[in-house]
This record gives sequence, C-alpha cells and structure tokens, in this order.
Amino acid sequence: MTIDQGIAGMTTQADPTETSSSAELTPEAQPREMVFDVADLSVFYGSYRAVRDVNFKVLRNEITSFIGPSGCGKSTVLRCFNRMNDLVDGPRVEGSLRYHGVDLYGETVNPVEVRRRIGMVFQKPNPFPKSIFENVAYGPRIGGIRKKAELDDIVERSLRRAALWDEVKDRLGNSAMGMSGGQQQRLCIARAIAVDPEVILMDEPCSALDPIATARVEDLMREIKSDYTILIVTHNMQQAARVSDATAFYSTEVNPDSDVRTGLLVEFDRTEKIFANPGDERTENYITGRFG
Amino acid sequence: MASEVASSSPNQEALREALSGANLQRSRRVRNGAASVAMVVAFLMAAIPLAIMGASVVSKGIGVVLTADWWTKPIPADVGRADLAGNEDLGNLGFGDAADTTDKSVDLGMQPAIVGTLLTVLGASALAIPIGVLGAVYLNEYGRQNRPARFIRFMTDVMVGVPSVVMGVFIYSIWVVARGTDGKSAFAAALALACLMLPIVVRSTEEMLRLVPNSLREASAALGTRRVGTTLRVVLPAALPGITSGALLAVARAAGETAPVVFTIGIVFSTNLSFTGQNTTLSAQIYSQIQNGGSLATSLAWGSAVTLVAMVISLTLAARAISRRLVNK
Repeated sequence: MTIDQGIAGMTTQADPTETSSSAELTPEAQPREMVFDVADLSVFYGSYRAVRDVNFKVLRNEITSFIGPSGCGKSTVLRCFNRMNDLVDGPRVEGSLRYHGVDLYGETVNPVEVRRRIGMVFQKPNPFPKSIFENVAYGPRIGGIRKKAELDDIVERSLRRAALWDEVKDRLGNSAMGMSGGQQQRLCIARAIAVDPEVILMDEPCSALDPIATARVEDLMREIKSDYTILIVTHNMQQAARVSDATAFYSTEVNPDSDVRTGLLVEFDRTEKIFANPGDERTENYITGRFG
Repeated sequence: MASEVASSSPNQEALREALSGANLQRSRRVRNGAASVAMVVAFLMAAIPLAIMGASVVSKGIGVVLTADWWTKPIPADVGRADLAGNEDLGNLGFGDAADTTDKSVDLGMQPAIVGTLLTVLGASALAIPIGVLGAVYLNEYGRQNRPARFIRFMTDVMVGVPSVVMGVFIYSIWVVARGTDGKSAFAAALALACLMLPIVVRSTEEMLRLVPNSLREASAALGTRRVGTTLRVVLPAALPGITSGALLAVARAAGETAPVVFTIGIVFSTNLSFTGQNTTLSAQIYSQIQNGGSLATSLAWGSAVTLVAMVISLTLAARAISRRLVNK
C-alpha cells in the first residue's frame, strides 16, 4: 500500500510544470500574497562574508527551492528565515529579510515568536526520544494547550496531514525512535505542522531517505502547500524540478587573491524557467552537470 | 572467456607463506610476546590485591553482618569491657574488675551507623544533586564557553581534586565551631559530604548534557520553544538516565568518605533519626572501632566495612543498570 501511494504520487507528478505554469498564466488575475521579500541579504561570520547578494521574493502557498553546490550557503540562508542561526554563535546578517513587510532582523523581533510562525524540518530526522504522540503534541503543549481532547485532535489532524496517521494510529504511545527513517521524517513534518505555522522551512528533508520515502515526502509537500508556504533546500535537482514553483540557484565564487569562498545567489526564477531556459551560464552548467 | 581465468595464482605458495607470518622478524615476535606478558602481569598486579582485600573484608566481617542484631540493635558502648570480661586471663590479672558483669555476650549491633549513613548521604544528596544539576545546566545550556562558565568549570575541576579532609575541616570551621556543642550533627556531615559531591555531580551532569544531540535542541527551538522549555522538556529528560547514574556514583563516593564525617558528626550509640544531634556513620565506626582495639571492636569494624562495601556496590550496580538503559534507548 505504501508503495502504491508512492507510485500514485509519482504518476501525478508526471507534469511538474502544470500547477506552476497555470499559476503563471494568471498572475494578474489573482495576485499572490508575498510572504518574504529578501533584499541584498548578506551573511557574515565575523568579518568573513559567507553569502552575498541574495535577492528574491517568496509567494504564499508556493514551494521555493534552493539548489546549488555544497558550501554555497543555501542552508545558511534558509536558517535566516526563522532566526535559527541565532542559536549558535550567530552569524551577522546585513540587508533586509522582510516577512509580510516586517524585518525579521528588526530590533523588536523575538526569534521565539518568529519560529512559532515559521517551522522547520531538518536534514536528519530528529524526533524527540519520546512517544509518537508526545512528539506531535510537543509544540501545542509549549503553546499552552493542556486539554487532552484538544491535543488528541491536533495530533490526529497533524498526523493525517503528514500521511502518517494510518501507519501509527495504533501505536501512538510507542517511542518515535523505533520508526523507520522515512516515518521519522514525516513525523517531524507532522510535528512542525502541529503548531500551525504559516511557513515551513525544509533543510534537505529527503537526503537521509530512500527513493520511496522521498517520493512520499514530496507528495506530502505538494499536498500541504495549499495551506503552507514552503522553502526547501535540496541537493537533488530533480526534486527541485518536481516539487517547486520557484527556484533559487546559489553558487560559490572564489576570490583568486585571498582564496576566500563566498556563496551568492546566481539566479532566481520560476522553476520551469530555471530548468528549461536558465538566464545565467553558471546555472546552465550546474543543471546540465557541467559544473566544475 | 571464463576458462582463461587461472584458478590459482602461480605464486600461491609464496603468498600463503607470506600470509602465515612465518617470515615476521624474530625481534618483532619477541617484543610482541614480552608486551603480552607485561600486560597480563600488570592486570594480575591490579586484580590480585583487590581480590585479596575483598575476600578478607568479607570473610572477617560477614559473620556479624548476617545476624539480625547487626541491623536492629544499638552499637555496644562497652565493647572494651566486654572484651576484657571475655578474656579470662586479663580478668585474672585484675583488669576485669570493672567488667564484673558476667554478660560476656554483648549484642553486636550497628543500626545507628547504618541509619546515620543513610541519613547523611540522603541529606548530602538533597543538597548537592539539585544544585549540581542546575549548575551543570547553566554551564552547558547557558554559559557554554563564556568567562563565568569557564571559571566555574575550572574551579569545579579544582574542587574535584581537593582532598575530602579539607571539606571536613571547612564545614568544621564554618558550621560546627560556630554552633558550639550543638555543632556536630548528621546535617553538618551532610554539608561536608555535599561539598564533596557537588563538583562530581556538576561535571558528570555536564558530560551527560553534552551528549544530548544538538539536533534535539534545534528541533525544539524551531517549534517556538524558549531555552528554558527546551532544557526542561527535551534536554533534561533525554539526559536523565545518565544524570541519575552520575549522581548515584557521587552518592556512592560520599557514602564511603570518612574524613569529612569524623570532624562533623560526633558519636552516638543509639539510633538517631534526626538531622540534629550527634550521629554516626559506618565509615566513622570503622575508624573509631579500629582505634578502640580488642576483638569485639575489631569485628564491629569489619562488619561495618562489609556493610559499607555492600551499600556502595549496590549503588554502583544501580548506576550501571541505569546507564545501560540509556544505551539501549
């Protein structure tokens, strides 16, 4: 059954451009709300500029993917969107990163509140060493929901949304650590959904999963994008082509004098444009596999 | 095609010879043998005294420990006189006139010291474990590598190495002396043992908190949790088995300490269940009974030693069982 679903998902995705091209046909008729507006964003570690020249806009209910070679700063930029970089000895951010017009790095912004609205799914599935139920109920509990009935309802809804309910409904009390990697990752998505965020950031969510589990997560992303806005970092170009509406291609530039590598945004456009007719030679080289 | 592949290499015999190691240099084989012998000898040198010590403690002490009296009766205050009374020769020499009691068989009980040990260790744990765990949480979750944290970490390392007698003198001078005749108590001993346990608890807890993967902290933070919430709901529960086993090892260490206790606890012969008033512990009894001398006092000391070793081993086994649970998780 799981494989059937996976295959069914793969066949429905046969035309990855369908949804986005129809969206592009009517951009004026239904102007989409802009969720993020990134302008001249640079990320510094001390005086070292790790990423520069990031400019793009993210539209509501779209999937925006970040692609590019390792070390080009995709994840670093993604982690700016929910101030996750603050947790470690944080890099400094210059430029503006506006969320519905509010600068996320403004002085009055509390990162905790940002993260309630902008959830995240990580590269490696990282369920808490607790039961499946407790994993999903964690966020709502933090948010102050105490009533068991309400939590039950949220947990079921979130697990159903993450296409996991049928597999785990009889063992909600079991430890999440006993699940397969793909299940754990969908549990992490359910956990992120449970706090009802507006945006979900995904940092290479499928890189630790096998192709079938990957297909299920991709189905899930297409399924939930009607409710959420998704930003995804991926090493898998096919994945970006399959699921995303818009694509940002990042690359690195080596300063020949100092040998310092800096990541930069090379090109941002609709996904079908990036893959069919890229505007920059570097993008073309990368997606055709001629990247040096 | 397949038939053209040779079934065996022409040099097979040479290869077999080489792989057998027969050509190893003689000196290498000798050095290898010598190292093996040295290691076995070193192991025996470490293990044999331990085995002898264990066997002698158990054989000398197990007799009194396996009686009901040991666990229920007060400590005989007049073991010296009973000893003399039991020794006809000494009695005939006139030493025994004070001990004209015909009751040669005193009850060899140790209940006051068993209770006192549990009481002081419990008190010390109640003081040191919460403070130590909170301190470790500060070091690992908040301070990390900042100046105060590095200073505290350094001072904790120093405190781990401070001889336990110093802790005893410290509490004696600031607590016992200040309170005069009421100074010596189970509480004072608990304070001294807590000083001893605190750095151990801090360091072991910090190690356990460090083992909690950062990805869990990130997962929690990404759901909009403050650091307090992440620490209480994710980090501490994940580290709990390890923290517990580290704390139990500190408890075991404290239970066996003598020096901090003899300064601070006084002496008592009947069970005192209170933190106030003088008390006694197994380790203090070993110390004072051996000084008393005489065969009865000595057997009290050996019995105390067996009891103490049994308590410490139980705690250590509990700690290991708990950390095994952590590994299996």
